[in-house]
Amino acid sequence: MSVEAREKRQPWILLSPALGAVTLLLLVPLLFIVVYSFWLRSAVGPDTVGFHLDNWQRALTDPFYRYILFNTLKIAAITTFFCALLGYPAAYFITRSSGNKLILLLLLMLPFWISYIIRTMSWINILGSSGALNSLLMSMGITSSPVQMLYNEATVILGLVHFLLPFMVLNIYVSLDGIDTNLEDAATSLGATRWQAFLQVTLPLSLPGLAAGGLLCFVLGAGTYITPLILGGPRDAMFANLVFEAIITQLNWPMGSALSLLLLIVLGALVAIYNRFLGMSQLTKGLS
Amino acid sequence: MDNSKRYERLLERYRNGDLDRRSFLGLIGAAGLAYGVQTPFARMAFAQDVSQVRFDGWGGVVSEAFRRYAFDPYTEATGITVVDGTFAGGDEYLAQVRSSREGEYNIAHLSGVFDYARYVNFGLDVELNLDNIPNMELVMDALTNAFRGITPDHLSAVPYNYGTTGLAYNRAYISDEEIREKGASILIAPEYEGKIGGWSDWRTRLWYAALQTGQSPNDIQDMEAAWDAIRAHRDLALKYWGSGAELMSLLAEEEIYVTEGWSGRIAALQEQGHDIGYYDPPSSFGWQECLFVIKGSPVEACEELLNFMLAPETSIAVAEGQNYPPALDGTKVDLGEKIPTLPAYDPSGTLEALTFADPTYWNGNEAEWSETFARVQRGF
Repeated sequence: MSVEAREKRQPWILLSPALGAVTLLLLVPLLFIVVYSFWLRSAVGPDTVGFHLDNWQRALTDPFYRYILFNTLKIAAITTFFCALLGYPAAYFITRSSGNKLILLLLLMLPFWISYIIRTMSWINILGSSGALNSLLMSMGITSSPVQMLYNEATVILGLVHFLLPFMVLNIYVSLDGIDTNLEDAATSLGATRWQAFLQVTLPLSLPGLAAGGLLCFVLGAGTYITPLILGGPRDAMFANLVFEAIITQLNWPMGSALSLLLLIVLGALVAIYNRFLGMSQLTKGLS
Repeated sequence: MDNSKRYERLLERYRNGDLDRRSFLGLIGAAGLAYGVQTPFARMAFAQDVSQVRFDGWGGVVSEAFRRYAFDPYTEATGITVVDGTFAGGDEYLAQVRSSREGEYNIAHLSGVFDYARYVNFGLDVELNLDNIPNMELVMDALTNAFRGITPDHLSAVPYNYGTTGLAYNRAYISDEEIREKGASILIAPEYEGKIGGWSDWRTRLWYAALQTGQSPNDIQDMEAAWDAIRAHRDLALKYWGSGAELMSLLAEEEIYVTEGWSGRIAALQEQGHDIGYYDPPSSFGWQECLFVIKGSPVEACEELLNFMLAPETSIAVAEGQNYPPALDGTKVDLGEKIPTLPAYDPSGTLEALTFADPTYWNGNEAEWSETFARVQRGF
């Protein structure tokens, strides 16, 4: 074998464990889900094997699924907006702080050491009828009885922002950290105010990080089901809750498979659009 | 049946002339060959089967009671370890069992005869040898007969306890007189908007909707009226709870004042000092729980555990711990002082006072109703 051929083969040999793992743990299960989505659920007993388009037809034409999908995308979009709004100043502050940057980054990572479910449930102790906030309001005489703050769409968004904010901050931080601060100084020396320098120099240059954080927050937010389950009311549900219910409660695995693939396709399309205009490299930079 | 017994039976058949010498030696030889060629891993797997049984239940005070009064003493007596897991709902657990390999799950604390029927329909049942479970004689016939209606020629479970899903209410805000007067309709009373809860289980929602619309839960004629009652409850409710722990937390923290609740969990709240009342309205949701042995399990080890768990001293201790009356017949066994005071207890041993879900009716409509409920819950 020539040296050239050996060199050509080497990357594939090195990649083979990772490719094998991805194939076995991601592609093969995904293939099972695709096959399952064409089966049919029987009233009792095992599912009906075959190639049926019924599940797909319902998933694509039923207004109920469209409504929940739209609502899911709406909640994910609002969450992403608030993450950006809160995350940008935090990331800017960390980037510009001198000396204690590492401590601030460590504090940012701290929530990841606690279970996501526990973090979500902590809001019950803060916003509940006998929670910290109501106790404070009543002790200050602002209200005489507890204010109902929990179990609605707002608390679902609050829980999601709490969960996703660090992803946004990290991505923006990575982007801001790579910008030469001399550019802002140059802008001010040319007559721009600090605010103008930020708006016309720093902000445009940090947009790829903001977009990468936005994509991560949106995709993770749209795929969640724990937060509405814990902090939502009877009506509050996201698309992943329907997948959970179809598979777990209704034992309708074929329909659950079709719904999960539909969500995958929608979110996959968004990632593809992002990749087309901004490229995935910014995303991986934010994660590194 | 262990291998020694198999060989003894083979020898007996040979001695009785049911088996010729050539076949007898051939079978013995094949067994020896199979034993000789099995790998060390096979022996380890075999050893694991008989040294460990997995039990899955509802968690919380129920699991604590099982661990303390049944599993630990059983392990001490037999050397077989009981690994216990928990689940929040029967549907979720069935999905797990269906996607597992045979033998991964062994005994489950299932709720309702409809669950028994579902497991049988999925081919997950085994045939228990009741000779190995002599304590079954102490169990109420009414409970066992419900399972025999589904599998007339065998049983894959033993009844273990029963209870009701009745109305739980905070006495500081709702009086005993009011709950008796309003019954199930209190769950759709507008004056308690935002302080009403409910289990997210579609069966319970429909059962109570039937009561709220004056219909028999086992024969709902006006389905649209029932769905409307569910919609009314949904709009007034603060939260659908998904587990016993969440139910107890919502009531204890006064997030909600009234909900339907599991009798044993409410009794546990009362024991903790919370002023929570419990009332079974007419045709309240009665259910029985069983210990179901799942296909692929080490059946003999499971039978041994079941017999141990049904022994009066264990069964009564578990019942007192979990606050649900045991399946033991009160006319045959002295159940002590606490059990007759538990909610839903039936001293007659016939259970005629309780209304149970008709498995044929509910399972036959499961596919349609569970899906419709998911839509109604979300505002459709």
